[in-house]
Amino acid sequence: MTHPFVHLHSVSLTYAGAEGGSGTLALDGCTMGVGRGEFVAVVGPSGCGKSSLMKLVTGLVPPSRGSIEVANAEVTGPLKIVGMAFQNPTLLPWRTTLQNVMLPLEIVEPHRSRLNRDKAAYVERAKALLATVGLAGFEEKPPYQLSGGMQQRASLCRSLIHEPDLLMLDEPFGALDAFTREELWGVLQEVWMERRFTCILVTHDLREAVYLADRVLVMSNRPGRIVSEHTVSLPRPRTLETTFSKEFVEITHRLRDEISRVRKGLDPVAAAPEQAA
Amino acid sequence: MSWRSLSRTRRIELAMPWLVTIGMLVVWEVGVIAFKVPSFILPGPVEVWQALVRFNGPIWQHAGHTLFTTVLGFAFAVVFGVLLGVAIGSSRLVYNGLYPVLIGFNSVPKVAVVPVLVVWFGIGTVPAVITAFMISFFPIVVNVATGLATVEPELSDVLRSLGARRRDILLKVGLPRAMPYLFASLKVAITLAFVGSVISETVASNEGIGYLMIQASSRFQIPLVFAGLVVIAVLGIVMYVLFALVERRFTGWAMRGTQSATVTTGS
Repeated sequence: MTHPFVHLHSVSLTYAGAEGGSGTLALDGCTMGVGRGEFVAVVGPSGCGKSSLMKLVTGLVPPSRGSIEVANAEVTGPLKIVGMAFQNPTLLPWRTTLQNVMLPLEIVEPHRSRLNRDKAAYVERAKALLATVGLAGFEEKPPYQLSGGMQQRASLCRSLIHEPDLLMLDEPFGALDAFTREELWGVLQEVWMERRFTCILVTHDLREAVYLADRVLVMSNRPGRIVSEHTVSLPRPRTLETTFSKEFVEITHRLRDEISRVRKGLDPVAAAPEQAA
Repeated sequence: MSWRSLSRTRRIELAMPWLVTIGMLVVWEVGVIAFKVPSFILPGPVEVWQALVRFNGPIWQHAGHTLFTTVLGFAFAVVFGVLLGVAIGSSRLVYNGLYPVLIGFNSVPKVAVVPVLVVWFGIGTVPAVITAFMISFFPIVVNVATGLATVEPELSDVLRSLGARRRDILLKVGLPRAMPYLFASLKVAITLAFVGSVISETVASNEGIGYLMIQASSRFQIPLVFAGLVVIAVLGIVMYVLFALVERRFTGWAMRGTQSATVTTGS
């Protein structure tokens, strides 16, 4: 693997301000690479431009400076086959859960043109996917009759149904209670281990980042850039037991320290004498 | 569902509109009798009812005509309102260009436009249809545009990152999402359409309830004037209920107890 699957090269992003104003600098000189099939988590203090990063990688927003490459091609417009899930499940209330999950198939080629012909096969596929996240039997329910956790599972299914090469998750479990959240970490890890798509997870939950990711990137205060990275070499599948292991706690602890330093505008790693102590 | 199987509170809820109407009629009748109000100033409900029965033939004929012009004008308003609403709601350029013009257009009192329409089209059905159209058109445009413009940005991000074209987003998300707004506006628009056609009939027509009322008042047949008002009110309520039923049928997902998307624009 000579070239990363997703590659950001000193990317800056400025949101246009009020007329004549200088605008807001969201990202500044952000460089990062994500290998094919890798699971990367991006953590950072709130408002550091994590969500801007998502929009840049998927091509929804063009960078002000720098370049972005996905699958060896420069990103110039919205990418065609990315799966996305957000904190808000954004399911369509007029569709059943099954129809919601099948939405991407109505848009992405080649499924789009095959959907009518192979309807039964696609419905089976969607039902199977729903079953893997524990939603068997809820296919015909409208989303507002599902609990928050179930809606988020359905949203995850919708982002995976067209088997994207790249999955972008923006705090997908942020609005859920702790128990449901930990349960869904397991679900996501299982799906990922089975399919090995490239995944970028933006989160502010450090335990979530360490549990799920192969590599955790730390972003600085706004304007954001990557200031440090940690490889998580814990064996998979990780379980909730793993989260109490010494190594897990150490990595989480170190991340926490770095982020609190970053928030104060300091270097992420403490100066040498302190480290010796 | 039978009446007996309903709970007591639900039965009272269902009976409420009738109870209130009957109560109002009783107060009206009693007031007219108690204060000895002459019939050419304010006839009581009994007298209005007698007028309704006595002139039943012409009333039916004129009411039928008013209903026809109203529904025709309303149908044009729905077609053009939805098209223009979609254009305004999905394009900033069209929005910026047309919105001020539309608001100006809507601010013009329609009764002032009727004489111009008469010069163009002569008296009768055509100006009535156009007036009904003009007055009921605006709330439909505004509501459809609002429904489209308030699509969650995250949702269109999801679709755009799948390579969806603008048309896909409009068909899959925009239009279904605008449906509750559209139906809410239809209920307002149909009642406004009656206002429009009756205004035009009172100014320039030989047919319709508006014409009937003008004729009756010039002959001091005030009970007949009130009978005309009652007919219009009943027609309005019937059409409203019709659209409320259609609304419930098609956009039940938006009415799940908590809130329904409603932007009402009065006239």
